[in-house]
Amino acid sequence: MWIAVITIAGIALIAGVALSYAHGRLPAGKGDLVEQINDLLPQTQCAQCGYPGCRPYAAAVVDGSAEINLCPPGGDSTVRRLARLLGKDVLPLAAATEPAVAVIDESACIGCYHCRNACPVDAIVGAPHFMHTIIESECTGCELCVAPCPVDCITMRPLS
Amino acid sequence: MRTVRRALPRGLHHDETIVVSAPTYDLGKLHGGLRLPSHKQGSAAKAIVDVPVPPQLMLPVEQHVGHPAQPVVAVGDTVLKGQLLAEPDGELGAPVHASSSGKIVAIEPWPVSRRLGDKAPCIVIECDGRDQPMPAIASEDYTSQTPADLLLRILDGGIVGLGGAVFPTAQKLMQARTCETEFLILNGVECEPYISCDDVLMREHATEILSGAQVLLHALQVDTCFIAVESDKPEAIARLEEVLSDINDERIVLKLVPTIYPSGGEDQLVQLVTNREVPSGGLPTDVGCIVQNVGTAAAVHDWILRNEPLISRVTTITGDGVASPVNVRARIGTPVEKVIQHAGGYTELARHLIIGGPMTGKSVTTDDVPVVKASNCVLVVSTPPFKGKELACIRCGDCAAVCPVQLLPQQLSWYARADDEEKLREFGLTDCIECGCCDLVCPSHIPLTADFRIAKGRIRELADEKARAERARQRFEARNQRLVQEREEREAELARQKQSAKSAGPAAIAEILKRKQQARKDDSA
Repeated sequence: MWIAVITIAGIALIAGVALSYAHGRLPAGKGDLVEQINDLLPQTQCAQCGYPGCRPYAAAVVDGSAEINLCPPGGDSTVRRLARLLGKDVLPLAAATEPAVAVIDESACIGCYHCRNACPVDAIVGAPHFMHTIIESECTGCELCVAPCPVDCITMRPLS
Repeated sequence: MRTVRRALPRGLHHDETIVVSAPTYDLGKLHGGLRLPSHKQGSAAKAIVDVPVPPQLMLPVEQHVGHPAQPVVAVGDTVLKGQLLAEPDGELGAPVHASSSGKIVAIEPWPVSRRLGDKAPCIVIECDGRDQPMPAIASEDYTSQTPADLLLRILDGGIVGLGGAVFPTAQKLMQARTCETEFLILNGVECEPYISCDDVLMREHATEILSGAQVLLHALQVDTCFIAVESDKPEAIARLEEVLSDINDERIVLKLVPTIYPSGGEDQLVQLVTNREVPSGGLPTDVGCIVQNVGTAAAVHDWILRNEPLISRVTTITGDGVASPVNVRARIGTPVEKVIQHAGGYTELARHLIIGGPMTGKSVTTDDVPVVKASNCVLVVSTPPFKGKELACIRCGDCAAVCPVQLLPQQLSWYARADDEEKLREFGLTDCIECGCCDLVCPSHIPLTADFRIAKGRIRELADEKARAERARQRFEARNQRLVQEREEREAELARQKQSAKSAGPAAIAEILKRKQQARKDDSA
């Protein structure tokens, strides 16, 4: 009997060592759940979920500290996909937003640079004391530039 | 060649005798497919009729696969026939030329026939009736041009695939130049019922088509060209043979393919003519082939040798809803209404207007839509090609038997309705050529092709969204990296200044301060 116990324990020990070594050394691949969730998120980095970006939200979903319905730009389809991935029930979206892009009223812009610092994806170009503008194709519609503007010259234009 | 059992096309009458001649060359096999009644007799019997220039031309800026062209003219400009109106934007695109001379009166959305949405931006020309062409430029002999120069010249002609897919011809040729292309295949198969525009073009303009083929062979630096024609077009075949013996160019070979739908599909034709299968998700160039429509070859001839860009095309006007089915040559932008007048106008049976053939066409609600580069057929019928009450799938498997790309339409249909993107990919939805064979044989009248079109659109949308998200993520990460780097640089600079101050010692600092004070005093003095 002891031979069997020692053999099994030995195999378990070797396998354990091998697994922990592999876990430490191999890169986190597709199997990483945070990465998978992050892939499903729209990457607007808008922080409307209450977390400072898409990846932190993905991490919070994995922790269980956040629900899957907190991403307004992703919309219902993202909730559905997250539910399918995680085997959870589909929840109604906590807050809905329409897809939009930010537009700067260039005649009112005073070149304060605040919006440029707020933009998470560097979609605003301009230098201090010069007019700023938004690269429409890169704008994710996160609305983070709207609040910092001291002259309220940024508006959100819905994407038709 | 296998025949399909008990294919009972709905809405397509079954009374004609179907003549199938034996294939004359060593041909590959086509999976599935259908023998459909041709309905071509009415329009194919007559010569091409020229439609006069209408009072107004509506030219959509998007008549090709790729980005819409950008207008280079403004409202109020006068233009000549063949003048450039819109330039291609981005890598994939084709220019648009004025089909006649006149004045630009508007650039505005106009009803057109297309997959998404009903209106598209069009350049509207009020024709002056003089049809004044651009001053002729002495064009260089193409045989003395390098292939690269010739391709650039073809690009300027606004030529797109006239079989209906409207892929810009120049880009297709350029792509083929980057691969090891062995065969140029000219597609004169025209397998879809009712359509006969390529048939009459081959009969009346065989010389132009073959001359265009020679231009294409030179541009591609390829030594073999197959002209594939369906066996039910004896007149076109005889005419092509006659011209072939006249020009005596041994690079060009005529090949007959059996009359079976959809043998004129690009990948299907490659399989039939060369017995090579285009891989899933691949292009004919992956197996050394490039396919061009015979109409495209004629357009290439017109542009390279006659300096006339693609401003007109041959279109079949047919169906039981028009009085006298005929093939017409219409200027691009001519309203369909004017074109139908040349087929004797509507009959009282006219109920449905379809742009394109009965299998792949799109039904439209107004005849204000213009003839565009893609319009190979205008079909006016009393009953829509597909009708019947939809019932539950009985899993008979007929759809899988006729599918020319060997998909499982019934299985795909479940996944399309469940919106299961992963399974749709796995079962090869992206390889569906939307030929409509599965619709036609389905005893439960399930609109399979329509479901697949919608599902394909969703998959494309999803891919776009993914690409956008990926770009946003990259920009976000690049920005974070930049912020970290800036902070590190600032800290390093501060540390360096501290370090240098420390190494200089208090005496040196006092010295510097004294010098600065002295300088300030001098300034104020």
